Amino acid sequence: MAWTMENDRPIYAQLIERIQMQIVSGEYPPGAKLPSVRDLAAIAAVNPNTMQKAFAELERSGLIITQRTNGRNVTEDAELISGIRQKLANEHTADFYDKMKSLGFTKQEALDFLTQSFEGDKDNE
Amino acid sequence: MNDLVQIVNLTKVYEAGRIAINDITLNLPKGRIIGLLGPNGSGKTTLIKMMNGLLTPTSGSIRINGNEVGVETKAHVAYLPDRTYLSGNQKISEVLDFFCDFYEDFDRSKALEMLKSLDIEPDRKMQTLSKGTKEKVQLILVMSRKADLYILDEPIAGVDPAARDYILRTIINNYNPEATVLISTHLIGDIEQVLDEVIFLRYGQLVLYTSVDHIREQKGKSVDAYFREVFAC
Repeated sequence: MAWTMENDRPIYAQLIERIQMQIVSGEYPPGAKLPSVRDLAAIAAVNPNTMQKAFAELERSGLIITQRTNGRNVTEDAELISGIRQKLANEHTADFYDKMKSLGFTKQEALDFLTQSFEGDKDNE
Repeated sequence: MNDLVQIVNLTKVYEAGRIAINDITLNLPKGRIIGLLGPNGSGKTTLIKMMNGLLTPTSGSIRINGNEVGVETKAHVAYLPDRTYLSGNQKISEVLDFFCDFYEDFDRSKALEMLKSLDIEPDRKMQTLSKGTKEKVQLILVMSRKADLYILDEPIAGVDPAARDYILRTIINNYNPEATVLISTHLIGDIEQVLDEVIFLRYGQLVLYTSVDHIREQKGKSVDAYFREVFAC
């Protein structure tokens, strides 16, 4: 399945986010081998140079390690991964709160919505 | 000189005095997938035909790998025209023979492998193929050459979404850092994420040559949306 890209932002930035998410969520666990740029570009149906650019950026951040002979792997540094996980969680939370605020809800009401929503999600205890 | 294609002050004036290409200067590097975009009548096909030596420039020049367009460049340019030039009576296997004879860089086994992956029998006649399948076969022929420059004129016009996906994936799978693919289309949205760079043509003039992500970064919108804005009537 081709990856769906949003229209208002650079594609390489969206590739970085997507791969970051796959790593943070454990789809690619620490130390896991990543597909080649070419294969991943084909899977995502994006330009290989753009995928290369996203990989280069992920390498700079330390999330991906390139071995000269052995392709690319996810870092073994669990702390780094959990740091990024934390950062993404903060962003999502801030985003939620901003939206609730612009809908005119108070802090407490926003919190109530969250609690209610979590109570509805019984599968995820 | 690292540029694969060098176009200098290129102009094409047709008999009636209509200017189809108006003083274009443009260099294209290796290893890119580039969209050639513009409304109908903007000069896309005229430019492509000059790059293939099917039309001669009124003035200016085109060099490919340092050579003026001619016999030498034709051996290194793989071209998918906007209209078919193959006889409907030929079997696919006969067309493969034809390509083997004509092009030194044609890889028959690669073409057969790609046909097989699509379950297209090589003994079928061209005229029995659906429009989408015919487009796929012609793309396979072109992409099975080991060329420096692939020029695809409207490869996805009028095919269904599944055929279009196959065509785009084939272009990505055949990506080679030493070669460049130039794709003309007016269906930008479908193809945008496959492209490195885009060329905008209008009334035969070069409006813009830049990268897809540069447009998205600068304008906060897709190339498709930006194109509609630039070419709004």
